[in-house]
Amino acid sequence: MINKQIASAADAVADVFDGATVMIGGFGEAGSPVELIHALIDQGARGLTVVSNNAGSGEVGLAALIKNERVAKIVCSYPRTANSTVFPELYHSGRIELELVPQGTLAERIRAAGAGIPAFYTASAVGTPLAEGKESRTFDGREYILERALKADFALIKGKTGDRHGNILYNKTARNFGPIMAMASANAIVQVEQVVDAGTIDPEVVVSPGIFVQRVVEIAEPAHESALVAAGEVYP
Amino acid sequence: MSSTPTVIGRTREEMAQRLAQDIPDGSYVNLGIGIPELVAKFVPEGRELVYHTENGLLGMGPSPEGAGDPELINAGKRHVTAIPGASFFHHADSFSMIRGGHIDLCVLGALQIACNGDLANWSTGTPDAIPAVGGAMDLVAGVKSIYVITQHCTKDGEPKLVESCTYPLTGCGVVNRIYSDLAVVDVTPDGFRVVELSPGVEFEYVRERTGAPLLPPETDH
Repeated sequence: MINKQIASAADAVADVFDGATVMIGGFGEAGSPVELIHALIDQGARGLTVVSNNAGSGEVGLAALIKNERVAKIVCSYPRTANSTVFPELYHSGRIELELVPQGTLAERIRAAGAGIPAFYTASAVGTPLAEGKESRTFDGREYILERALKADFALIKGKTGDRHGNILYNKTARNFGPIMAMASANAIVQVEQVVDAGTIDPEVVVSPGIFVQRVVEIAEPAHESALVAAGEVYP
Repeated sequence: MSSTPTVIGRTREEMAQRLAQDIPDGSYVNLGIGIPELVAKFVPEGRELVYHTENGLLGMGPSPEGAGDPELINAGKRHVTAIPGASFFHHADSFSMIRGGHIDLCVLGALQIACNGDLANWSTGTPDAIPAVGGAMDLVAGVKSIYVITQHCTKDGEPKLVESCTYPLTGCGVVNRIYSDLAVVDVTPDGFRVVELSPGVEFEYVRERTGAPLLPPETDH
C-alpha cells in the first residue's frame, strides 16, 4: 500500500545530508513551510544549498536556518525583504554565497528540471549583468541566453490539504513555488494542515499530483512567519 | 485641485491618474511596486482591467478592509484581495503569462531610462547594496508594453531620463513610454519625444531637466 504520510516534521527531514540542495517554497511568508524548516534546524544538516525566492525575515523559519549558518549558498531572486537582517549580515561578511536569478528564470529552471529539460533559452536578463558568461543565441532576430535546469535533493513545501498518495491542494498565493519545487526534487516533503482519505480530494482540482510528492506531514495549525516576527520569536 | 506655488507638475497620484487614462478596457496589467500600485485607484469608470501579480494571482483586488490573509498577498508582499473571476496558479504558470507575451501592459518604477529605451530599476550597483532583482527582468523581456512611472529627476535633482544608463540594466530597449511629474514622454526611434506636458509646465523646463535630447510634442499641421 502506498502511504506517504510521515508522523512528524522531524521524521520527514531526518535524512537531509550535509551539502544537500534544498528547495524551500514560499514567496515572503506566503507558503513558507516554517515547521519543516525548524525541524531541519533541529536535525542539524550543514553546508546546504538553498533555493528559495527570498531569504527570510526576522530570526525564524528560513532566516533562522541562515542565521544558524546551515546555508553555504542561496539561489534566490530577491534576498532583500522587510525585517530581513540575517542575510545581509552574513552576505556582507562573506559567510554566505548568493546566486541571484531573475524570478521567472528561477521558476522556469525549476520547472525544467522537473520536466526533464536540461536547459532552455530565455530573453530575460539579456544585456544585463545577470547574463554575463552565459551562452547566447539568436532566434527569429531576437537574442536569448541559455539557462540550466535547477534540481534538488529535497524540497520543503507548504500545502493546505493532502492525502496518502501525495496529492496536494494549496492555499491562495501560498501556492507559488510549491508545485514546481515538488517536481524538481528527489524528495518533496509537503506539510499540510489536513491529511484526508484518498478519494476525498476531487481529482479535477488536484494541484500537485501525488507522483511529484514523496512525503506528507500534517501540521494542523502552521505558524505564520509575520506573527512570529511580530512576537519577537527567535528559533531555536 | 489645490497646489502650492512651489509644486511644479503632477503629484504622484496625478501621475498615476494620468497613466490610468491610457490603459485600454479589458487589458491584463501587471503593476510594479511603489507609485505603479497607485494606478489601480484611477481606472476610468466603465473600463474593466484584470491585474496580474507575479506571485500567482490574476484578478487582484484592492487591499482588504481590516485584517488581511497572510497567504493572499501581492508582489510587494502586501495583503490584497481576489476579485470575482480571479484565479491562482504556480510560479511557472505566472511567468509563462509574462514571458509568453500574454500580459498587455506592465507599469514599473525606474532609477534611469535611456533614450533608446534601456531601463535600470533594480540596483544602483554600489558594493554594499544587497542585489535583488525579483521579476523585473522577466517583465520587461516578456510584456507587450512597458510604461514607466517616475519623478523626472532624483531627489538630488539629477535627471532620470539619460543618454545611457550608468546603473546596471534591467533590460535593453524595453521602455515604451514614461509618465513623469513634468510630462508624458515617448521613447521613439529618434529618442525621447514629449507627448504631453503636465499642466503649467513649459517644454524648456522639462528639457533642462532631461539628460538626453528631448523632442517637442508633434504639433498638428
